[in-house]
Amino acid sequence: MSEGPIVSIAGASKRFGAIAAVDGVDLDIRRGELFALLGGSGCGKTTLLRMIAGFETPDTGRILIDGQDMTGVPPHRRPVNMMFQSYALFPHMDVAENVGYGLRREGLPANKIARRVGEALDQVRLGDHGKRRPSQLSGGQRQRVALARALIKRPKLLLLDEPLAALDRKLREGTRFELVRLQEQLGLTFIMVTHDQEEAMSMAGRLAVMNDGRIVQVGTPHEVYEHPRSRFVADFIGIANILPVEGGRAWLALRPEKIALFANRPDTDHAEQGRIVDVAFEGDRSLYRVGLSDGSMLLVSTANVARTPREPWPRGQEVWLGWAGDAGQRLDE
Amino acid sequence: MRLVIALPYLWLAIFFLLPFALVLAIALGTNNPDAVPPVDLGMSLKNFTLLFTDDLYLAAWLGSLRIAATSTLVTLLLGYPMAYAIARARPTLRPLLLMAVILPFWTSFLIRVYAWMGLLASNGILNHGLRATGLVSDPGTILGTEWAVHLGIVYAYLPFMVLPLYASLEKLDTSLLEAAADLGASPIVAFLTVTLPQSLPGIVAGCLLVFIPAVGEFVIPDLLGGTNTLMIGKVLWDEFFLNSDWPLASAVAICLLVLLVGPIALFQRQQAKSLERQ
Repeated sequence: MSEGPIVSIAGASKRFGAIAAVDGVDLDIRRGELFALLGGSGCGKTTLLRMIAGFETPDTGRILIDGQDMTGVPPHRRPVNMMFQSYALFPHMDVAENVGYGLRREGLPANKIARRVGEALDQVRLGDHGKRRPSQLSGGQRQRVALARALIKRPKLLLLDEPLAALDRKLREGTRFELVRLQEQLGLTFIMVTHDQEEAMSMAGRLAVMNDGRIVQVGTPHEVYEHPRSRFVADFIGIANILPVEGGRAWLALRPEKIALFANRPDTDHAEQGRIVDVAFEGDRSLYRVGLSDGSMLLVSTANVARTPREPWPRGQEVWLGWAGDAGQRLDE
Repeated sequence: MRLVIALPYLWLAIFFLLPFALVLAIALGTNNPDAVPPVDLGMSLKNFTLLFTDDLYLAAWLGSLRIAATSTLVTLLLGYPMAYAIARARPTLRPLLLMAVILPFWTSFLIRVYAWMGLLASNGILNHGLRATGLVSDPGTILGTEWAVHLGIVYAYLPFMVLPLYASLEKLDTSLLEAAADLGASPIVAFLTVTLPQSLPGIVAGCLLVFIPAVGEFVIPDLLGGTNTLMIGKVLWDEFFLNSDWPLASAVAICLLVLLVGPIALFQRQQAKSLERQ
């Protein structure tokens, strides 16, 4: 049973009233990968995650975990654990009791539970917080308690619902790396739900972009960013200029950083003349809105690799834009 | 400003402390049927010693505590599923269901107890119905037994149990139950390890709200109970109105108050604690 995907979803759908939250999803998750379900709010990513955990029953389709059909298997009998967005720590228990909850359900002897709780708390650097109540912890500490509690049963598959959404920005970036390190160290499969594309791109080995209950593209962050298959994906992941080509029968998705600015006509595969309409200086890079002669607008970003006394391309400046022939991705839809 | 602070104290002094002092003074006196009022003031503790030595009074004390305790337990067992169902009902339905729980308060308590007399009497509605089924030709009579007293207390105090239970169950975060299930707890285990402890403040509040007034209950044992139902509230009434023994009745009142100070203090502490938590 150790071959094949850890999770296999076939034709899963779920309706809430008139709304199709999940609409015919087929998806395989490989063993040991960090997989992200990415999409805006209401795209069905959380419903899909809750289906894997067993909190929602699919109307149609099947979900296999480790080769076992999960149809009719209640959440407490599934070999997965979940970290909730709100963390869902039990307020009437201290940290150690929270973390040991899953082991107590297995009926392990008390000394064994205490030892494993100690190890789990050390792993998330909360070794001396066992006697605290969840209400006495900071947001970051609560997140780590929730993680320790979800990992203590050593599940093959850990589900994370917006694991970083409740943390402030600084903490979020550190925690990203920590989660990835933990996932690699333990060799587990993580499935993470997030609305934050930067988070999904930086953490996941592969990701699925969801929209309106459907999976619109699956791939590595690199594939999804550089080779989007639809205008939706190109637009949702990062920023893209979408240019009509072939007389409007197709489009070209062109990332702002793939376009360069020149004072004179460059000898790149493509060159257009325009005028800087707007400049957004972001420190490490600048984002330009450039108006072309045909009235269209292109976004161009340049890395500020040199220190200059003033903006190199001020507003109103006439510029040339150049990009390579393979800089954009042709889109049919 | 001072007046605002002084007012509640003044209120308490006039309407609580003063009457309490009067009752205490009477309790320390001796009965004199020829005097008006029928009391000779003094500093005698014999009324109190009588209360704790006479078998009748001891039986009444224990009877009150026993009946109040069992009624509270039955109220809890009935009220918990009710409160749980209301808390889990659709949000649009909840106000309606709560309304149904409070609805009996729109009718006078006394009238509702009288209604139970009509239901439970030997030729009452219940027995009529039983005879009409043809299965029972000679049903017994519930009215006048301790069963009727229990029934009356459970009926009358059920809302006081349901409302605090509902308040604590409604606050329960359902993701906690999902977390419990996720970690391997069956629905029953999740209820015992999460729902029940989380609703403990509601259980304590509900039980005290039922138990405290039930111990001193007079109307229900008087109207629904029989001559052999001994409850201390009824004894107090009898001493005062039938025997005109004001000092003894006052002593009963004082003892009742002292007996209930413990549970009342517990209730107050629980309330303060749950306020703090919010």
